[in-house]
Amino acid sequence: MKQLDARGLSCPEPVIMIRKAMQSADKEYEIIVDNVAARENVTRFAEHQGCKVSVKESGGEYTLSITR
Amino acid sequence: METEVKLTKLASCAGCGAKVGAGTLVHLLEGFRTHTDPRLIVGYDKSDDASVYVLDDKTALVQTTDFFPPIVDDPFLYGQIAAANALSDVYAMGGEPRLALNIMCIPDSMDKETVQEILRGGYDKAYEAGAIITGGHTIHGAEPIYGLAVSGFVHPDKVLTNSGAKPGDVLILTKPLGIGILTTALKAGIVPDVDEQQAADLEKRIFAQMATLNRAARDVMVRYPVHSCTDITGFALLGHSFEMAQGSGVTIHIETARVPYHKEAAACAEMGLIPAGAYRNRDYAEHGVLVRGDISRSMQDILYDPQTSGGLMMAVPKECASALLDELHEAVPAAARIGYVTEPEEAAIILE
Repeated sequence: MKQLDARGLSCPEPVIMIRKAMQSADKEYEIIVDNVAARENVTRFAEHQGCKVSVKESGGEYTLSITR
Repeated sequence: METEVKLTKLASCAGCGAKVGAGTLVHLLEGFRTHTDPRLIVGYDKSDDASVYVLDDKTALVQTTDFFPPIVDDPFLYGQIAAANALSDVYAMGGEPRLALNIMCIPDSMDKETVQEILRGGYDKAYEAGAIITGGHTIHGAEPIYGLAVSGFVHPDKVLTNSGAKPGDVLILTKPLGIGILTTALKAGIVPDVDEQQAADLEKRIFAQMATLNRAARDVMVRYPVHSCTDITGFALLGHSFEMAQGSGVTIHIETARVPYHKEAAACAEMGLIPAGAYRNRDYAEHGVLVRGDISRSMQDILYDPQTSGGLMMAVPKECASALLDELHEAVPAAARIGYVTEPEEAAIILE
């Protein structure tokens, strides 16, 4: 599991971060974001890559679990 | 021309995407004491593009201001786009801009040449619009900001508000959508399915579009009995349509297959290259939008996408719509019919 922290980043930075990370061979990723736009955009990106995405919210932060 | 420090890197959000959400603004202004004046025919209470104050039988003053952080790295182009965007609000009221004031914020790190190029871009567009920049105000700050406060004139009987649409009207849009998504994608350096040359061409195309004045569209528009007009900027097609539908007491039908947009924006939206402003716009307008039929998520993203220096959207009586559109096409080739207006139905906006 590769873990990424995209808190404090505004779009398109979180998408750039996950895109770069997913160039590795890892099957599972976890990325924390702190705004709705980042949550939605990272979800769209991962789904577009054929991944499954699940989201957990806690105190205005979102943890996205991405599985290839 | 590129500056050493990329202008857009100095900005936390780009262009009209920086705009505070429409819903937030309404709440911010609630309950303030203001004078009333019968000569103020379009004011703070109307959510319109500019205010309009009647001076005499033939003249009304149109006032507006608009500014934002850099949306492009070329300072001259940034100045042009910011000015074209600010001037647009006067065109959207059917008026002609005459006087303008610079509004500027410069970080300490910005060199004199860059500042001058931004201003030169602004002066260039003001000149093209026939307006005179008479002065302005510049401060130091963390993020660069540029824009104009603009005064223009319009005949009091020919003011075009965003609340005059009538059932039976046809809706016309003069610039293609997708600017917010594409500038986000270009900022990320990811535009799917295009090579470097195509990406460069795309950039050129959307930069030129943003720097294009809505003057030609306005000049054609005022020759027809148009009922209502607004410019499509930060609140996106659906945010501005929502304001028009609510202000006019009508339902706006958007024929999504007819809406002009930059084709590359669809693939970018699918990859999550969407500006935060698009989600704010969705938040603001979604409860008023009914999706009828199978309209893709990426198309909906494009309809919520904040536009910087976007086109005019006019509500035009059906009888003169094709004549107006024909004449418009000579000056503004991208102009298209995008929908129509009916009596109120189950939602303020219906996507078809």
